[in-house]
Amino acid sequence: MAAPADFRIREEQLTELLVESDLRRTREPESRILNELGRCRFSEESTFAVKLALEEALTNAVKHGNKNDGSKRLRIRFYVDRHVAVIAVSDEGGGFRPEDVPDPTADENLERPNGRGIMLMQAYMTKVRFNPAGNEVWMLKENRAEPTNPPEGDPSSTTPARP
Amino acid sequence: MEQPSSHIKVRRDHSVSVVEFVDRKILEELSIKEIEDELTGLVEGEPGIRLLLNFRNVDHLSSAALGMLITLNKKIKEHNGAMKLSDINRQIFEVFKITRLHRVFDIHDNVEQALSGFNA
Repeated sequence: MAAPADFRIREEQLTELLVESDLRRTREPESRILNELGRCRFSEESTFAVKLALEEALTNAVKHGNKNDGSKRLRIRFYVDRHVAVIAVSDEGGGFRPEDVPDPTADENLERPNGRGIMLMQAYMTKVRFNPAGNEVWMLKENRAEPTNPPEGDPSSTTPARP
Repeated sequence: MEQPSSHIKVRRDHSVSVVEFVDRKILEELSIKEIEDELTGLVEGEPGIRLLLNFRNVDHLSSAALGMLITLNKKIKEHNGAMKLSDINRQIFEVFKITRLHRVFDIHDNVEQALSGFNA
């Protein structure tokens, strides 16, 4: 699927990578995206958030989506500028329904060892959307300046600027 | 005596095994599994273990790492031991808070405070 309309990103702005569905193979695309965040001067807080959400999305895609089947692939698309990072991760699995994932913060689920990836993605990213099939996630992070180092009064800093 | 290993360093402080993580990131499933194996070895080798995990060096952690800590904590309790966490940085502590796991784990500001908690 194309990016959700409210992400305001066009397909041609995205860089696309296809990788084997293996967590050893996802390190290179992760590094590329993190390098882009550094180049675009993402704040420490925003970088922490993207790194966490990206790790969760890739792990979900490899483990739950493609069921650790190394013959399957992941499609990773991304765009980064100094205001926003957009990342999409698609797998070749049958998908899932996010609403079926039990709330990991409910008392009865607190000591379950898994089921926190989606909620962390949602907590740390500005927007998270799944395609209807549930095998593709789109995430958007607005780059928030460090509290101690406010931006140069740029009113567009809360609204993704598009080339 | 310090026992070097691939992902953790263990030292003894009286009756407490104090573990420091070598990696700054506890993110990837593959390395988390190896950390889990090392920590499980410690726990199974000493029933009733008093284990302190010092997060001083850690600046990233994923949900898989949280799952590993939950499993380890359960195993330690089954063996009549106790586990505490210390020196968790602000960003990582936020992950514990968002997931409400700060209510599950016994978290202390620093090693000294955690060690005295074992003796209380």
